[in-house]
This record gives sequence, C-alpha cells and structure tokens, in this order.
Amino acid sequence: MIGRLTRTVDRISTTPATERPFLSVNDVSVSFPTEDGLVQAVDHISFTLEKGRTLAIVGESGSGKSVTAQAIMGLIDRKTANVSGEIWLNDVDLVGLSSAEMQALRGRQVAMIFQDPLSSLHPFYRVGDQIIEAMRAHRNVNQREAKREVVDMFKRVGIPAAERRVDAYPHQLSGGMRQRVMIAMALINSPDLLIADEPTTALDVTVQAQIIELIQDLQREFGTTVIMITHDLGIVADVADEVAVMYGARIVELGPTETIFNEPEMPYTLGLLSSIPRMDIEVAGRLLPIPGNPPSPLKLPKGCVFAPRCRYAAMTNGLSETVRPELLPSGPNHFVRCHLPIETRRRITGEVLATLAAGQNQ
Amino acid sequence: MTIAHDITLNGPAAPASGSAKEIVRATQLKTHFPVRSRGILPRTIGYVKAVDGIDLTINAGETLGLVGESGSGKTTAARSILMLVRPTAGSIEIDGQDITKLSPKQLMPVRRKAQMIFQDPYNALNPRHTVGTIISAPFKVQNVVPEGGIRHAVQDIMKRVGLNPEHYNRYPNEFSGGQRQRIGIARAVALRPKLIVCDEPVSALDVSIQAQIINLLRDLQQEFGIAYLFVAHDLAVVRQISHRVSVMYLGKIMESAPRKVIYTGPLHPYTHSLLSAVPIPNPEEQRHRTRIVLRGDVPSPIDPPSGCVFRTRCFQAQQKCAEEVPPLIEVAPDHLVACHFPVTVDDLPATLKESQRRADMGPQAEGEEALDLPLAAPGGSTEIHTPHA
Repeated sequence: MIGRLTRTVDRISTTPATERPFLSVNDVSVSFPTEDGLVQAVDHISFTLEKGRTLAIVGESGSGKSVTAQAIMGLIDRKTANVSGEIWLNDVDLVGLSSAEMQALRGRQVAMIFQDPLSSLHPFYRVGDQIIEAMRAHRNVNQREAKREVVDMFKRVGIPAAERRVDAYPHQLSGGMRQRVMIAMALINSPDLLIADEPTTALDVTVQAQIIELIQDLQREFGTTVIMITHDLGIVADVADEVAVMYGARIVELGPTETIFNEPEMPYTLGLLSSIPRMDIEVAGRLLPIPGNPPSPLKLPKGCVFAPRCRYAAMTNGLSETVRPELLPSGPNHFVRCHLPIETRRRITGEVLATLAAGQNQ
Repeated sequence: MTIAHDITLNGPAAPASGSAKEIVRATQLKTHFPVRSRGILPRTIGYVKAVDGIDLTINAGETLGLVGESGSGKTTAARSILMLVRPTAGSIEIDGQDITKLSPKQLMPVRRKAQMIFQDPYNALNPRHTVGTIISAPFKVQNVVPEGGIRHAVQDIMKRVGLNPEHYNRYPNEFSGGQRQRIGIARAVALRPKLIVCDEPVSALDVSIQAQIINLLRDLQQEFGIAYLFVAHDLAVVRQISHRVSVMYLGKIMESAPRKVIYTGPLHPYTHSLLSAVPIPNPEEQRHRTRIVLRGDVPSPIDPPSGCVFRTRCFQAQQKCAEEVPPLIEVAPDHLVACHFPVTVDDLPATLKESQRRADMGPQAEGEEALDLPLAAPGGSTEIHTPHA
C-alpha cells in the first residue's frame, strides 16, 4: 500500500493532494477506432464528487454514460480503445494504473452493479462461492469465515433464507434476488465508490423501490459515494444530490438536483423534462417530444451536439452549427453547455415550464 | 361503502364517446399452461394460471391500459385476446363475433380487424425484408388491393407514421429503434383495423423517442378510430395514453377504472402500492411521499395463494382474505375493485400507520419464512415510509 502511494505521489502534478475532491474526473475522453471510423463514446468530460454524495448520470442510449462508468472502473480495454484524461480517486490517478494495479483497487475502492444480473453472474458457480472469490481476492480470510460474512451480507441486502441462498445457482433466484446478490457482491469489500449502471431497469417497479431503498440505506450506513447511471428521471429525483446530463458523448448540463429539475437551462434537459409522460400529473393533450433522433457517435455534429434537434438553435446565429460550446458556469455549482445567452435560456425555461404547468389540469 | 368520485373525463384526451360500440368483450377468460413432469412418460402435474378468469371490454376508439408486474399475466391476456395463445376457457368477442371456437383459417378475416404492435422493434421485423415488403404484407395476406395499388398505399401509410416514403426499399437495420417501431405501427394500421393490441410498444425506446411514438399512436387513434389494448408496466406511459386502466396481479384483475380514478382515487391496496413505488420526477415531492414498499416477489402462478392472490404482500390482509376470493365488484360507475378491505386515498395514511403498528407488534408470518432483515422493517410483508421531515 505504501509503495503504491509513494509511486502515485510522484504523479501528482497540479493540485496538492489535500485539496482534491474524493473523485475528480478531469477531461476524460474515450474513443473506439472501428472499421467505420472513430467512435467518440466520451468526449472531454469533467466532474467532481465529494465523499458520501450521490451523482446521477442521465442520458439516452449512446450518450456515453455507461462508457464513463467503465472508464472509472478501468474496464476499458486499452488495446481496442483510446482513453485520455485523468480520473482521480482518493488521490490516485486511475487512468495511469496498470491493469494489475487497477485490479487491486477494483472491488475494494470502486465496485459496480450492472444492469443485467443474469449476465454478470457465472451460471456454473454457486452465488455464495462467487462472492467469496471476490472477497478473497482482496483479503486473507478462510473459507468458513468468508461464508459467514457472505450470509451476513445477504441478510443485510434483504435476501430471505440467506443460509440456503448462498448455495443457490443464479438461475434458481428471481430477478430481484439476483440483483441483491450483485449488490452484496459489490458491497462485500465495503468500497468507497459504488457505481450502479441502470441497476433497476430490468426489474418491476415494486422490486425497483426495494433495491433503490437498499442502496440508500447502505449508503447512509457506510458513507459510500454513489454514481447512479439511469435514464429514469424519477429515480434521479429520488436519489441524486447532483445530476450530470449527458448527450452525444458530452456532459451538457451539470448541477444540483433541484436546479436541474426546476431551473434547467440546456434545451436538451428542458426537452427531456417536458417530453416524459408523468405518473403524478394529468398532462392534457399531446406530449412535447424532442424532434429527431440522437446523433450517431460515429459522426457527432460539429458544433453543439444537440443543435440538429434543438428548437432554439437558430437563435445562436449559426454559432451552434459550427462552434463547440464549452461547459460554462451559470449559477452556483451549475454548468451549462449552450451558446444561447443566459438570459435567453432562462426566459425559454420559464416559458416552457409555464406552458407545461398550464397543460396539467391538476 | 360510499365512495364519491367527482371525476369526469374531459379535455382532448376523452374517448370518442357517443358511439360507444364494443370492439372487444372478453368474459371469464382463462389461459392456463400445463406443467409437465420430466421422465419417459410426462404427466401434467399442475397448471401455470397465467390468466385466471378476467373480464374486459374495450369500446371503439378507446384505449384500455393493462398494467401489472412481470408475471401478472398481462402479456398472456393480450395474446389470448388475439388468439395467438389459445385460451383454456371463456369467450372473446371481437366486433360482436365469438372467436374462441374459430379454426386458424376462420380467424383470417378477424385478423384484418385486430392487429398487434410488439415490444421489441428489432425482433418484430424480418431483417431480410425491405420496409415496403414488411408493410405491404397485410395487403397480400388478406388479398386486399387498395385503390392506386399496394405500393402507393404503403407509401401513404409510411408518410402518415412519419417515415420517408422514399425509404420503401430499405432494410430494417438501416433504421433507428424509434423508426423501426414506426414500421411496426405502419404494418399494424395498414388495413385500418378496429383494434390494435400494443404490447409494451415504447419500453424498448429512448425517453426522447417515447413521446414521439405515444403522440403518433394517439393521432392515429383519433384519425381512424382505432381501439387500443395497451399493455405496459410503465404507469406514466399508461396514464398518458389510456382512457381506462385495468390493474392485473397473478392472472386476475384487481382494479379497473377510468384513468383519472386509477391515478387519483384508487381503492385496491395493490394499486396504492404500485403507484407509490414509481418514483416521480420531482425531487421535492418524491422525497416527501408516503411510500409503500412491498416485500418479496410475486408468488408462483403455479400455486397461487388461497383467497385473494395479493394477500401475502398486502398491508390490509386479514383472515377473510385467505378464505374468500374477493369478487370484482362495481363500487362506482365504471370503477371495479376486487378487495375485501378497499382503502380510499384519504384513509390511506391512517390505514398504513395502523398496519405498521400491527406489524411492529410481532411477526405474524404464517407459513412464510421468518425474515431477518436488520436493514428492513421488522416483520410484516410491507414497509411503509412516511415522509421524514
């Protein structure tokens, strides 16, 4: 441990270690060269996260949210992809680590819950044994002790009859139970950072409510920092302290949850909020969809990635077609990537939200 | 019991009423799948009661939303209504004609009236056929020659659903998910059916595309007067498109009512639980809602609980629920509930508090595994979260 620390200290370049936040993603890009051309999956994204907080990354398929998570987990194969930038976790730059060094961190400092528990668990091995393997990769515990710890963890995550379930095979468990096993596996080494990639998308709402609550309870208890990747704005509203909205491989808006929901400024965020059907309010008449389709990561638009679908792109005098907007501060902790002047953006938001409220007869 | 509903359907979303012609009537519909033992001589050792005696009607130009968790039987019910799965018992009338006794050949003319849109637009289209071939298939199968020829008709429909008619000769892989779903919709509306069964038509699509498809389905309904049976697990989507909603659980309908009643004045404990489980995209409200978190999973449909099928997870469950199956009764016009102890929205907080108190007094689990959940609520099958200040 000491050896690794001293080695990483050498690499610290700009900020002194004490001032750096718990997680700091700095100008990270990921691209995959393919036969059809370069797929830009993540395009220069930066954000920071303090310990114990929850960041939600929202976006559609292909927006780069999962690749961002994989980059933090060090799961991107450098042979087939280009990764650049810095990912500082606990004062260690994860991008610079070798795969052996990353493996030592993975599970212990960063752990991940995947969307589909069935494809993330090995069908031939008992679930208990799979977790014990993850445990013994990091700690020197004997088989019996390890098993006891797994049973304890199963009880904590709400798996009934835990003593029997540790000997079950994945196919013998229901979807909700499998997802709990995944969570138990992710938490067994009490990681500092937990990344949940669409953890409930494959589950029913009643089970989803159980899982979300479980993650929140465990977070409260262990002080875990959580990155929740989802497309469900309801879950974001439920769990997140901060929200990063991704579109076309970039973060287009970043801010505290309340700001993102009540005073969004990027037309894409606004479009998302006004286009989703609502369970809690009666929306009279038609929804206001975002026209068109998300861009292909093979050929991202040249200027603003959202410009081809943006109702207000014409108001930038062609700027959004040609010049790439930067993610600039717009308020406290609030960053927006948009060419429209701040006043114009705020006026548009006010108008759209007012129209929306008028259409809701409740 | 007196329940006041001061709820009227108004606004542009109201169904094309007046001509309340029934397009679908399913009566005591049952679809059971046999479970066979392994071995040289397989015997039937039980039945999966996927759909176990449901009644539903859909009027012309109306959308009935069918919601429920996975395993509730909603998809089987939808498929049974089109005779894609043969029901075990009960009758299905489409446009006044009982179709359960018909042979596959006799069903052909019925298929012209009743079509289907599938969940996965990637698997529902033959990748080796062009869009033109796919959308013109209904004309060829049904031997319909439209005025101006098939190609002309197909291109008309393509334009109508928002596809470029010039893409007639393209293959499905050249389209995005949302556009593929438009192809599926074009195929379904090609012959102007009276009914379209939509099985999770937007759940595979991105959120920004969902709204486009929902709007398209509504526009087509208003233009052609199509009735939809809209099967979905997403309660927000169902609220947007349905006129009436039926809630299914373990093969049975728990509650059925006009949209607004289901979402603002439900009576069945399961409907309450389902609605409270969906997080709403409003941080202030979401964090101050009363939440009912159901414990455990849906029981096996091979051996459903006695009496009310929901009682094992219900906060209202009492002795009577294990002994008597609650009938689906009409408690207000068009509002049907199958529950011995329904709860109004106003009474819900008090009821939940009382049920929590009973649960805290000690685990009364009967025949269930005693759950030892240090992080979860003690005992009981439900956990109630009242807003913390």
